[in-house]
Amino acid sequence: MYHQGKQFIPDVTTAEVPGIFRGRPIISNAKVNEEALINICPFNAIKANPVSIDLGKCTFCGECALAFPEKIKFTKDYKLSTNERSGLIVVEGQDKPIDVNPELVRKEIHKLFGGSLKLRQVSAAGDNSCEWEMNAAGNVQFDMGRFGVEFVASPRHADGIVITGPISENMAEPLQICYDATPDPKIIILAGTDAISGGIFNDSPALNRSFLDKYKIDLYIAGNPVHPLSIINGMLHLIRKR
Amino acid sequence: MNYSVLKNNQRVPVNSIPVLKYEDFMESIVSGLMTDKNNHCVNYFGYHHQDKIKLICCIADDLNHDIYVLSSLVEQSAVLPSFSSQNLSFEKFEREIHENFGIGYIDHPWLKPVRYPFNAADKSKTISNYPFYRIESEELHEVGVGPIHAGVIEPGHFRFICNGEQILHLEIQLGYQHRGVEQLFLEKKNLLQKATLAENIAGDTVIGHTSTFSKLWESLCSYKATPELEFARTLALENERIAIHTGDLSAICTDVAYQLGNSVLGRLRTPVINYFQIWGGNRLAKGLIRPGKINFPYTKELAKEWLDMIAAYEPDFKEMIRQMFNLPSLLARLEKTGVVTTDVAESIGLVGMAARASGVNRDIRLSHPDNLYEQLNHKPIIKHHGDVLSRSQIRREEIFQSIEYIKQLLTDIPENLKYTTELNTPEPDSFVISLTEGWRGEICHCAITDNKGELVIYKIKDPSFHNWLALALSVRNNEISDFPICNKSFNLSYCGHDL
Repeated sequence: MYHQGKQFIPDVTTAEVPGIFRGRPIISNAKVNEEALINICPFNAIKANPVSIDLGKCTFCGECALAFPEKIKFTKDYKLSTNERSGLIVVEGQDKPIDVNPELVRKEIHKLFGGSLKLRQVSAAGDNSCEWEMNAAGNVQFDMGRFGVEFVASPRHADGIVITGPISENMAEPLQICYDATPDPKIIILAGTDAISGGIFNDSPALNRSFLDKYKIDLYIAGNPVHPLSIINGMLHLIRKR
Repeated sequence: MNYSVLKNNQRVPVNSIPVLKYEDFMESIVSGLMTDKNNHCVNYFGYHHQDKIKLICCIADDLNHDIYVLSSLVEQSAVLPSFSSQNLSFEKFEREIHENFGIGYIDHPWLKPVRYPFNAADKSKTISNYPFYRIESEELHEVGVGPIHAGVIEPGHFRFICNGEQILHLEIQLGYQHRGVEQLFLEKKNLLQKATLAENIAGDTVIGHTSTFSKLWESLCSYKATPELEFARTLALENERIAIHTGDLSAICTDVAYQLGNSVLGRLRTPVINYFQIWGGNRLAKGLIRPGKINFPYTKELAKEWLDMIAAYEPDFKEMIRQMFNLPSLLARLEKTGVVTTDVAESIGLVGMAARASGVNRDIRLSHPDNLYEQLNHKPIIKHHGDVLSRSQIRREEIFQSIEYIKQLLTDIPENLKYTTELNTPEPDSFVISLTEGWRGEICHCAITDNKGELVIYKIKDPSFHNWLALALSVRNNEISDFPICNKSFNLSYCGHDL
């Protein structure tokens, strides 16, 4: 079995993902029928004046880029995390990376969690795709553990929670109990379109997203589902900002 | 005849389905159709119809490739004799009908809540006061696990009643994941929204649910999928099976602390799911399967990529699997653990890979083939012990089988013709049932349209719906420390159940 060799990705910040991964889009200044462009997205992720895509609402289906290839192009950039909700909005004519705003990172995060971040994951009506990718982030290839970032079994052992899914009414109370059981100081991370905006479920009467109104979100990781490299880079961006 | 005879994905006028008096309806099913061992119930549900509740029951005949559909109209306040008292496989269907519409049953074993939906008939019941089965005894103790589990998985609550280390009884309470998917299918009018809902039913079975939805929708719109579409769906279904089965074998190794198997099988899964990203831009294949079209046509280059990928996968997989299944300390943990006998499997209507591991020959690819399965001439792999080892062996062998199927498909790649089709609007007053064998088991979607072609009901049944009960029964008399591998050997969906 020795021929397994070294499986880990040496540098998770520069690794190239295979295929035609749909990551951060670039919107050109090309003139297109904006009304048609907006109508193609039934998730209301695309807005006009200027044309923008909200990656918190985008399901990364790629229909807009197929219909308007001269206007929208999805790149393979998997760095899709920020600590500002508005940071997930990609605007036409701008090709700039998505990153954490260091001004807004709480000072204790780097000091306390810079070398070790333990997280409790809460799937709140997640469809098991983001959860799946979180597990993949810990496998021998992505190996998130080498950066001291790990998922733990108990909120008592955790420095924060990672929420996936649109948050159902039936999970609202367990989510609150889990958050309350996590010792201070603690962080909240939202992973995936469903968690960030509710996604396709955002107007479902079966949801209860009131938890999100109460607390500041420390990190948004976009994706449907979130790619393991998006997860790892997002966490590193957050804890390494001084 | 008091039932309609349909084929998989066949559209029929909804009023052609016989409406029987409840007594006749029940007799035709419980004392008639269900007495044949080749028949099993693939869906049984109700919906509002002219101030009453219309019950629709779909029985699949696995030998003759037919699906028998019959219905009954009952009052919302009705209190009825239950099917479950005579046939346990209806137990959960009737609980669901009771929960959604308030219909009572005089002799149902226990009408417990299924998922606490937002539109439940009785809103006074809440998820935090679920009526667990209890045994009052000084010798016994209860262990509660969840809804949030130790690992990174979906929520659900497990309540064990144990005698020391031994499990006497397990009850599984679900519903935490309820998102109102079926209702949203009626409300979201845009086809892309519906397709997105389908791929979010269970994010680990994206291909399974999107191809079931696509086939159903195409049938509603009188569209016959082209060979290219069927080719892509068949190939994707089998590749999804390889990927998830590989990951499951890895996870079974994790749960018996076999680190090597966990690591090697875990890393072998990566190229298989990355293949979906190479093909369609998403590791879980979201966006790949759509009704009437494919945004990412299959090419000869993609075929070469797959063959290269699997040429690297196969020798390493074989080597690892040989080690794993020859390791006495590992086999000791899997053998005779979590047994579901053939009798139990048949009585509760077990489906999919778990049913085949218990000696039940039940596989939609054989019994109701669609897409290209008829030409693949599928032969289900059957095991007989019904234990964790059988469910592991099934995965090992289905992986090899799926690899062979894809290789066979790749010898004849259909020409990349016209892929985007403008679908018509759905036909009015129609009924369609669509069945697909996903990696976990049979997926069933049913739809009914009104006189304008709008959906009246969209009913989803994930294989997990039946199979959760099998997990609860399988752990009886096992050590509680064996629960994780039992659970992993079924790998059931919470969101697919809760909808």
